[in-house]
Amino acid sequence: MALYSEKVMDHFLHPRNVGVIEDADAVGEVGNAKCGDIMKMYLKIKDDIVEDVKFETFGCGSAIASSSMATEMIKGKPLSEVAKLTNQAVTEALDGLPAHKIHCSVLAEEAIKSALEDYEARKASKANS
Amino acid sequence: MSIYADHAATTAMSEAAIEAMTRCMRDCYGNPSSLYRIGQQAKEVLEQAREEVASVINAQPREIYFTSGGSEADNQAIRSAALAGKKKGKTHIISSAFEHHAVLHTLNTLKLEGFDVTLLPVHENGIVIPAEVEAAIRPDTCLVTIMYANNEIGTIQPIREIGAVCRAHNVLFHTDAVQAVGPLAIDVQAESIDYLSASSHKFHGPKGVGFLYARKGVPLTSLIDGGAQERGRRAGTENVPGIVGMAAALKETVAERESENARLTVLRDRLIAGLSEIPHSALNGDAEKRLPGNVNFCFEGIEGESLLLLLDEKGISASSGSACTSGSLDPSHVLLAIGRIHDVAHGSLRLSLGRENTPEDVEYIIPAVKDVVTYLRGFSPVWRDLQSGKKSFIL
Repeated sequence: MALYSEKVMDHFLHPRNVGVIEDADAVGEVGNAKCGDIMKMYLKIKDDIVEDVKFETFGCGSAIASSSMATEMIKGKPLSEVAKLTNQAVTEALDGLPAHKIHCSVLAEEAIKSALEDYEARKASKANS
Repeated sequence: MSIYADHAATTAMSEAAIEAMTRCMRDCYGNPSSLYRIGQQAKEVLEQAREEVASVINAQPREIYFTSGGSEADNQAIRSAALAGKKKGKTHIISSAFEHHAVLHTLNTLKLEGFDVTLLPVHENGIVIPAEVEAAIRPDTCLVTIMYANNEIGTIQPIREIGAVCRAHNVLFHTDAVQAVGPLAIDVQAESIDYLSASSHKFHGPKGVGFLYARKGVPLTSLIDGGAQERGRRAGTENVPGIVGMAAALKETVAERESENARLTVLRDRLIAGLSEIPHSALNGDAEKRLPGNVNFCFEGIEGESLLLLLDEKGISASSGSACTSGSLDPSHVLLAIGRIHDVAHGSLRLSLGRENTPEDVEYIIPAVKDVVTYLRGFSPVWRDLQSGKKSFIL
């Protein structure tokens, strides 16, 4: 039996939405190098819809696959829906992760949440200025 | 393309070992403890294997105890010395920070039983300093246990000097020689070794078998109660085919040792030179005092497990000390012990070369690793921060 599902391997070997959005409307970053996982998500948002998303990840196979899957799941979606994305949904979409790798999907959820917080903070500071 | 470069994890069985085992299983199924001829025939091959193994490390056959492998041998040696020490009120043990878990976890258990353990530093080059062993010895020290060669970074320890220090202070000395038996010439007498652990599958023998050398007269307690096998020190019917296979594999490894080491050292150094061209990388452990097939690098800005998976896609089997490959949050304790910080230790790669590897393999591995490291750095936020100067390079 392989360590990862075919879905995980597919997203690991051919990650979707890899890269940077220079003029992103929101950036989320979670994790730290000490623990061996860092995820960074860049969102382009228009009319409360995620028009584009890119990610950068330092981490293991499942961290890269989770990032890739999560970006696919939120691309083109309204923010209200994006905010509801759970790590379980990411794990399920990947046809499961080994027990000790579930935290990778949690990191993906948190990276998106962090980007949404950044978006709200930017909106607030714009409104104030 | 399929390149096996993880010989420190395990090795393919040699044809000689497979043949010896098959013959043994077919023709020599008796129980060595039985008195009739079929039993005595098994006893004979068992004792012949014992003689062969003993001669390789310059021990007496009666000083060799067959075990299920290196971990059992480590447990038995350390527990035996500890128990004997405790009876005399000596409950201090000296070891090093980068021992195999079979040693470190045994020591942790002993700590719970009241033992005091000193773990010596292994310094940047991954080598224990004999004078530091001597300085750590106390009147209540009952055992020094230092590995012969490290399993991750391959550094070879000054065993002869450490053995002399222990002998001079009348302290028992154990060495986990799992990585060393086979590639290195060992002389337990000249090196003042009291206990030595070895594992068959590291030198092209079968898995599930190994041996413990315990010098005549040193304390040796059985971990398994039962029959009187192995002079009452290891109950249970002997794994005769496994032991015969181990002896055959060891004999072959030793016969070709010199030429094989010379060949592997060239391959190793070429691999080290090739991988050193990758910017912000570093070799782990001393460049010279290391096992002939061991290469271990850290690459900044990437994580080891994804590196391994991508190398696997290219047909290369290797290993890493990243947290993700160990199932824990911390990267390899060995890399931390030589002073690599977490961020960098996660990006490690061990390539351990052996019998089947060719110069062509090495020339394939070098660009493959370069490609994969470059690819992973391409979307690593850590690498981006290092490149932009937001973080400073460590390597």
